[in-house]
Amino acid sequence: MGSILHDFTGSIDPYLLQILVNIGIAIILALGLNVITGLTGQLSLGHAAFMSVGAFASALLTIKTGLPFSLNLLVAGSFTALVGMLIGYPILRLTGDYLAICTLGFAEIVKVIFLNLDVTNKALGLTVPPAKTVIPMPIFVWIWAIIAIIAVTFVQNSRFGRALKAIREDEIAAESMGINLTRYKLNSFALGTFLAGIGGALYAHFLGYINPSDFGFLKSVDILSMVVLGGLGSVPGAVIGASVLAAAPEFLRFMSQYRMLVYGALLVFLMVFRPNGLLGGVNFVDFVLRKLGKKPYLSLRNGQEGE
Amino acid sequence: MLLQQLINGIALGSTYALIALGYTMVYGIITLINFAHGEIFMVGAFVGLLAVSVLKLNIFLAMIVAMVACMVIGVVIELIAYRPLRKSSRLSALISAIGVSIFLSSLALMVFGADAKAFPSTAFPVRQIKIGEAEISSLQLLIIGISALLMLGLEFIVKKTKIGKAMRATSEDYNTAALMGINVNRVISFTFALGSALAAAGGVLVGVLFNAVSFNMGLMAGLKAFAAAVLGGIGSIPGAMLGGLMLGVTEVLGVAAGFSSYRDAIAFAILVLVLLVKPTGLLGRKIQKKV
Repeated sequence: MGSILHDFTGSIDPYLLQILVNIGIAIILALGLNVITGLTGQLSLGHAAFMSVGAFASALLTIKTGLPFSLNLLVAGSFTALVGMLIGYPILRLTGDYLAICTLGFAEIVKVIFLNLDVTNKALGLTVPPAKTVIPMPIFVWIWAIIAIIAVTFVQNSRFGRALKAIREDEIAAESMGINLTRYKLNSFALGTFLAGIGGALYAHFLGYINPSDFGFLKSVDILSMVVLGGLGSVPGAVIGASVLAAAPEFLRFMSQYRMLVYGALLVFLMVFRPNGLLGGVNFVDFVLRKLGKKPYLSLRNGQEGE
Repeated sequence: MLLQQLINGIALGSTYALIALGYTMVYGIITLINFAHGEIFMVGAFVGLLAVSVLKLNIFLAMIVAMVACMVIGVVIELIAYRPLRKSSRLSALISAIGVSIFLSSLALMVFGADAKAFPSTAFPVRQIKIGEAEISSLQLLIIGISALLMLGLEFIVKKTKIGKAMRATSEDYNTAALMGINVNRVISFTFALGSALAAAGGVLVGVLFNAVSFNMGLMAGLKAFAAAVLGGIGSIPGAMLGGLMLGVTEVLGVAAGFSSYRDAIAFAILVLVLLVKPTGLLGRKIQKKV
């Protein structure tokens, strides 16, 4: 089983494979943030910090205990979710931009702590040994990406997801309908940071080296751009946003030194011309059903505000 | 010893305050976190450096050149990247701002290279002045003096002039201000020009203080200044000054107390702690929820 999969990934061009893995990890991260920011409407500027918590937890698990990788992932993800809830509990009562700056602040603090801990090898970073598994890493990444897509889609349409959307639209109205704000916000934070932890763990084991400085503000912003570019609160949007932005640096590689310049201009350009994201306000399931003729067109499209 | 650290902290803090003012004014008017503001600070430092080293201007003239250049850049950025997004969601404008910030810093990287540039040593003669136990350099005095002067100027513009009145009206209620015949677009452009000029002045001062100007100096300075603005209560001008000074002083005291490797975390730890006690910052207005 393992060797067949290894043959399969071996037959793909390594460069293409790396881009595909980057996209897969980006999808997991973007979906996690999409739950927090897109679905619940809580702007988080510190997603990369949770990714780093997952990455270091999983790397240390592999180094110290040699846990099988599939178990390791779950433990690292749960640990990140726990950290997320611990941080989230005090700060989720803040609203809007105050919450955003608090998540940013916590992200910087987490980064500086990792830069000073002995167990994470300080600023030198950690070399991660190969994961304890027979399944090759790229397959692992894609399995988890698919799990994340399915899970978030289900969550979105569940009672839990509807409560989150209600919080996004109007906290006071949601509360008066009997939605426990703190509990739902915390749960959404836990789910989002769990996915961030999984993404970080996969990233650590795929790359084989992690450094706290790689998980700074710019990484958080990268993930946020994916979510906003794709369209807030939309699962296919997050997937497309993640794919486009994770692959963009590679496609722009021919411009070599002008790469980041063009990337920055591209972000401005895309936002000016598609302010609600590429798929913002498009309900994908409905769209497919309508195309198949299973569901009538509504005269009024649901106006989706990205706020 | 404590006095010495306080002076160092106030000098650093007043540069934070200068940058924070730009954040807070823009936020007060269009509720946008202008993430490109830190990069304008960086551009200001580079323009000042060029003016000193190439045009051979003295430091004061160089600062004015940098302020004017950044005014223009700030207004142009608002015109291209933010104005089309004013009616759409705030997050889109935020991402647009981040795009501008990436654009500016990579432009600076291309033009000026990756290594830090220094001001020529003749830019400003540094003399040490003794006050009791502490030593204050003429440079620190200059920084504190210029910052105070600029802030007083800002206070005058906002409180006493017609355009300042229009700014306050717009930040109070955007739509009503427009109905009262205020040219809101002009007020917003003016706000960006004002904020960018202050950031440019801060950039030149920081460049001379640390004697280093580099393409990535805007990121951390911008984040900390933003933290200062939020700490003081975002949207409040005295709040930004207070927040900047507080962050500067605590950072310097923290480093002096032996936490130098935690330097960048100190500012944010203070911020988080204050927000937990006062969720809208020190001088921020209470948010009233209406049903």
